[in-house]
Amino acid sequence: MTLAGAHERYLPGTVRRSAKILVVGSFGVGKTTLIGAVSEIAPLRTEETMTVASMGIDDLAGLEGKTTTTVAMDFGRVTLSPHTVLYVFGMPGQRRFWDLWDGLAEGAVGALVLVDTRRLEASFEVLDQLELRKDNLPFAVAVNVFPDSHQHSTEEVRRALDLLPETPIVLCDARDRISSASALIALTAYALATEEGSV
Amino acid sequence: MSSSGEYHDRPVRPYVVTKGRARPSRTAIRPEMLLIATDPGKTLPVWASSEERALLRMCRRLLSLVEAAVYLQLPVSVVSVVACDLIDEGFLAMRASSEELVPGGAGARSGGPGGSRSARPDVQLLQDVLNGLRKLAEAAPGGAG
Repeated sequence: MTLAGAHERYLPGTVRRSAKILVVGSFGVGKTTLIGAVSEIAPLRTEETMTVASMGIDDLAGLEGKTTTTVAMDFGRVTLSPHTVLYVFGMPGQRRFWDLWDGLAEGAVGALVLVDTRRLEASFEVLDQLELRKDNLPFAVAVNVFPDSHQHSTEEVRRALDLLPETPIVLCDARDRISSASALIALTAYALATEEGSV
Repeated sequence: MSSSGEYHDRPVRPYVVTKGRARPSRTAIRPEMLLIATDPGKTLPVWASSEERALLRMCRRLLSLVEAAVYLQLPVSVVSVVACDLIDEGFLAMRASSEELVPGGAGARSGGPGGSRSARPDVQLLQDVLNGLRKLAEAAPGGAG
C-alpha cells in the first residue's frame, strides 16, 4: 500500500469519470482492512451526523423517538486508468443506518458483503436489506477468511446464508491486495452481466 | 498547546454554513463526484463564505467531493451544498460521475422517467472498472507467479 503525501492528494487531470463500490458488513468484519488493501491512498474517514431511530435511551418528550448520531465511514481510492477512478466506501450494515445507505447506493456499481463465518448471523441484517431494496443493487458475498476461522466451502456458506444460485460468493483475505481485488472483480463482473441482461 | 483528547468543533453549526439548507440544489451531487475549479484566476465575491473559499482553493486541481470534505474537516452534506452553490455560480465544475450527465444538468434535476435505471452505472463504466481491477490484481506485488 502506498501512502499519499499532500502532493499525491489530487487525481490526474485526465480522469473523466468516477465509480464507487460499497463494502458492507458488520462491525469488525474487515471492511477497512479490505479497503486499505486495494486503495492507493491510506483509507480516509468521513463523519456524518444523522438522525436515527433512538435505541430506547435518552428519549426526550416531543422528539418522536429520534436521536442524532455520528456515523464514521471509511473509504479508499483506486485510479484504475488515466480516465477512471474508483472509490470504495465502507458502510455499517446495521438497520439503523439505512438512511445513509440510500444516498450512497445511488450510482454504485454494487455492494460487496463481507462476512465472517464465525459470526454469520451478523450478516443476515445486511443481506435482508439488499434483497429488499427496490433498486436491485447488485451484490456479491466475500467470506473474509480469518486465521482461526473454520474452513467452510463457498457452497456451505451459500446454503447457510440462503443466497440465490446466481449471487457470486468468493473466499478472500481482506489483508491481501490480489485477494481483495478479486472479490471486487467478482462483484463488478456480476454487475456488468446484470446490466447486459445475461443473468 | 493542544492537549490530547482535544474537543474538535466548529464555531458555527453546519446549517449556518449552508444558510439553513439541508440538501444541495442538484440531486445528482454524490460523494464520488469529481470537482475542479473552472478558472484558478477567478476570485470569489467579498461576501463569499470561508467554506466557499476553502472548497474552491482545495479544488484547484481535480478531487472528489468526499475527499475535499475530509481534508476540509467538514461533513459531506455541508460540502455538497457549498459545492452546488459554487457550480451554480460558475466557479466550480463537476466531471460526470457514475452516469453521464445530460449537458446542462437538466436531466439531473428533473428526474424524468425511468429514474431508477439512471441510478445505475452504464455498461461502459462497468467495463472500465472491471478492466482496471483486473490490471490491479495482476500488478499487485507478492502475487503467485
